[in-house]
Amino acid sequence: MYPTDYKYTREHEWVKVEGDVGVIGITFHAQQALGDIVYVELPKVGTQAVQGKTIGAVESVKAVSDIYSPVSGEVIEVNEALAETPELLNRDPHGAAWLAKIRLSAPEELEKLLDAEQYQALVAEES
Amino acid sequence: MRRKVRSHIVQDEPLLFELSTPGKRGCQLPRLDVPAVDPAAALGEGSVREGIEGFPEVSEVEVVRHFTRLSTWNYAIDLGMYPLGSCTMKYNPRANEEAARTEGLLWAHPYQPEEQVQGCLEIMARLEQALAEITGMDAVCLQPAAGAHGELTGILLIRALLESKGNPRRKILIPDSAHGTNPATAAIAGYEVENIRSNARGMIDLEAFPSLVNEDVAALMITNPNTLGVFEVNIARIAEILHSKGALLYMDGANMNALVGWTRPGEAGVDVLHLNLHKTFSTPHGGGGPGSGPVAVKKELEPFLPVPRLKQVDGQWRWDYDRPQSIGRVRAFYGNFGVLVRALAYIMACGAEGLRAATVDAVLNANYVRKALEPYYELPHKEPSMHECVFSDRRQARHGVRTMDIAKRLIDYGFHPYTVAFPLIVPGAMMIEPTESESLRELELFVEAMIAIAREAEENPELVRAAPHSTRTSRVDEAAAARKPVLRWRPES
Repeated sequence: MYPTDYKYTREHEWVKVEGDVGVIGITFHAQQALGDIVYVELPKVGTQAVQGKTIGAVESVKAVSDIYSPVSGEVIEVNEALAETPELLNRDPHGAAWLAKIRLSAPEELEKLLDAEQYQALVAEES
Repeated sequence: MRRKVRSHIVQDEPLLFELSTPGKRGCQLPRLDVPAVDPAAALGEGSVREGIEGFPEVSEVEVVRHFTRLSTWNYAIDLGMYPLGSCTMKYNPRANEEAARTEGLLWAHPYQPEEQVQGCLEIMARLEQALAEITGMDAVCLQPAAGAHGELTGILLIRALLESKGNPRRKILIPDSAHGTNPATAAIAGYEVENIRSNARGMIDLEAFPSLVNEDVAALMITNPNTLGVFEVNIARIAEILHSKGALLYMDGANMNALVGWTRPGEAGVDVLHLNLHKTFSTPHGGGGPGSGPVAVKKELEPFLPVPRLKQVDGQWRWDYDRPQSIGRVRAFYGNFGVLVRALAYIMACGAEGLRAATVDAVLNANYVRKALEPYYELPHKEPSMHECVFSDRRQARHGVRTMDIAKRLIDYGFHPYTVAFPLIVPGAMMIEPTESESLRELELFVEAMIAIAREAEENPELVRAAPHSTRTSRVDEAAAARKPVLRWRPES
């Protein structure tokens, strides 16, 4: 369910590291708890993301929830497809529905995140 | 079981535009008995048009039937219990309406000179005094048009006070059990929002709290009772901690109906709070308002209140605009006056004893529902409930039935749904607020309906998942409506 090469936050975001870039998204559990996602607010390219701080928001039929950046650094690309098809987040949260790519300014922060096993345990505890 | 509803004829109804017949008129004007004037010559070519494209042409009886039929599709507090948690859908007493329709109040105009509207001004002054007494605060502003508007006014007051002391500060703390509008208010007022996690009891963690309060914090926005319906028992201590660092305590008073007559936020150290007259003080709520969200403050904040302020000069009420520290107006004129009349009528009709009794009955009703439904639905927080109770759909979710499904099925039993999926700190939340308006009989019908649905969720989950079955429109695709909204009607061509 949760890819073992990803890192996770307690707020249900994931990051996959590709060289000096972190691809971020929200987890399967997050989209399931939110329900049908109808709108995604993404950061602008060039934004300086800070680990643990708001970087965007997802809106479902139930609620609007902040997205907290799992890593710090400059946003170099965002997933434009989500503007037209926010339902991608429900269909493929760990893949096609990535949110943004961030050039890591503090890779040591990754140490603070959860691995797949720890995240799985957190989800089990919360549901 | 006793059923509150059975099927009955519901008339279909086209749009008014579709009923239109060219040339039809709703009324006949008398024959012109003065010389005709050419509007184009009198007003200029640019100010005259031949007709309004697409404007419906219908008779009076067609208009009356159209809107009467539409009204029968509706659910309203005048039809039955409306247990929408957090919204306090209490009955709107007819005595309020009688007062608001008094001729001199109904036809008063905000531009009338003060000496002609002394009665209107006195109503506002008395309401300000009554609300100050009920909340234990020093001064009240009646301008804000609804709760969130009151919040924004309140936080702007806090900013103005702190600015006058040299530093508006940066942050507002907001617990995760607060109302959803609170973070938006803080952001619009130019503050950063810092969320505080509730502890296992659904309250602010008093051990962790002091470390969060520093010289950057302008205020804490607390909802009390919070959205779990739980009273923050440490509110006085929380106020002390904030004050010791020069920060203020804002209370979202949307749930004040749980406290009226029994405890006063002002005495617990609250500096600013707003009230929702359309919740706590029984003014109409549906149809989008108008609401009313007065703000009550302590003395220190009074100089900053919006202009104008009421004051008495030689026994006459006057508007005082000479308030150099005021944050300025927050609304045209003086607030939603008709709503203010209704709220004062309610307060005076109830009297102190009546208001206290209403609070007790609201808490009693919520606890009756809680006790009756606890064997069937998961109750995640066991702290005593005030005016509302929050269940979770955890047990029904095992059968694939979620809070939204149960809410939709409730419609088939003749009730408006409870609040779905809020507060967010309870997964699959079912938030129920009966208010004091409900009789034991109506509460029993509601409880029976909820128990029947719990049984259906186990025995026939598909029945619940596909609900509602008895409405003229079955379940709508909410996700598609939000993703691809169709916002304008166009004629079929």
